[in-house]
Amino acid sequence: MNNIRALIVDDSSVMRKIVERSLRQAGLGIAQIYEAGNGAEALASLADNPVDLILCDINMPVMDGLEFVKQLSAMESAKGTPVVMITTEGSEGHVVQALSAGARGYIRKPFTPDQVKEHVLPVLAGKP
Amino acid sequence: MNAYGAALSSGAGRECWLPTLQLAVQEVFSLMLGCDLALPQEPVPEGGLDVTAMVGLAGQLCGILTTRCSAASAASMASRMLGIDADQAGAQMWDAVGEVCNMVAGNFKNKISGLGDNCMLSVPTVITGGDYSLHPMVNAEISTVLLFDGQPIIFSLEVHG
Repeated sequence: MNNIRALIVDDSSVMRKIVERSLRQAGLGIAQIYEAGNGAEALASLADNPVDLILCDINMPVMDGLEFVKQLSAMESAKGTPVVMITTEGSEGHVVQALSAGARGYIRKPFTPDQVKEHVLPVLAGKP
Repeated sequence: MNAYGAALSSGAGRECWLPTLQLAVQEVFSLMLGCDLALPQEPVPEGGLDVTAMVGLAGQLCGILTTRCSAASAASMASRMLGIDADQAGAQMWDAVGEVCNMVAGNFKNKISGLGDNCMLSVPTVITGGDYSLHPMVNAEISTVLLFDGQPIIFSLEVHG
């Protein structure tokens, strides 16, 4: 996989950098990384910058990750873009909520780069 | 007080929750910072722990999880998380400590049966400086001191009534 454009959504700039590093370590052929600090910023970014993959936290100020995923599905230019949640909210209920809202994958913090690769590769390949 | 707070204040909680908190901390440091923390062999001085990160818990368990460390430890956390020199950490050290506290809180609650779906976390807040007093309406508290690069870090869970 090459020339992947990814959007990383997290209110922690440190966590955004860790996720970016994990994507690059996974050998995904990242061409461009965009960053957003919350769901609202992410929607604004997507209006100008289409991406192939979104990695998104849940607990964020202004607009949380679940609301972002719901609003993304109504955004004509970006709906269908695969979203993988990366969050401390790791309970089964939260996973079900995120997947029901439209997320395609779910990674619990703390995580390893291998776990990011394991969850992101099938999503990029279009596998359920 | 709800069932979780009652269990903790009765003492039963302390027996199983303290090692659970320690395990939650160890996993975060091992997976995200690539290091293990040590239990101190003797009492450690708590002076100079001027960085405090806090994450609130609300729902079936109400309270606050705090992480206290020195600015040097905070910079070292950012260094390990970002792969940069500690002296280049700058303001990212506050973000790093807040995120560590957040991950410990999430990892801890996800290990307590039935709590994961019924307890919400706040976004982290970080305070710098030591000249303050925190007055939560606490009914019970568990706390652990662990050594990170030889320096103490205190993780505390204070449960509200």
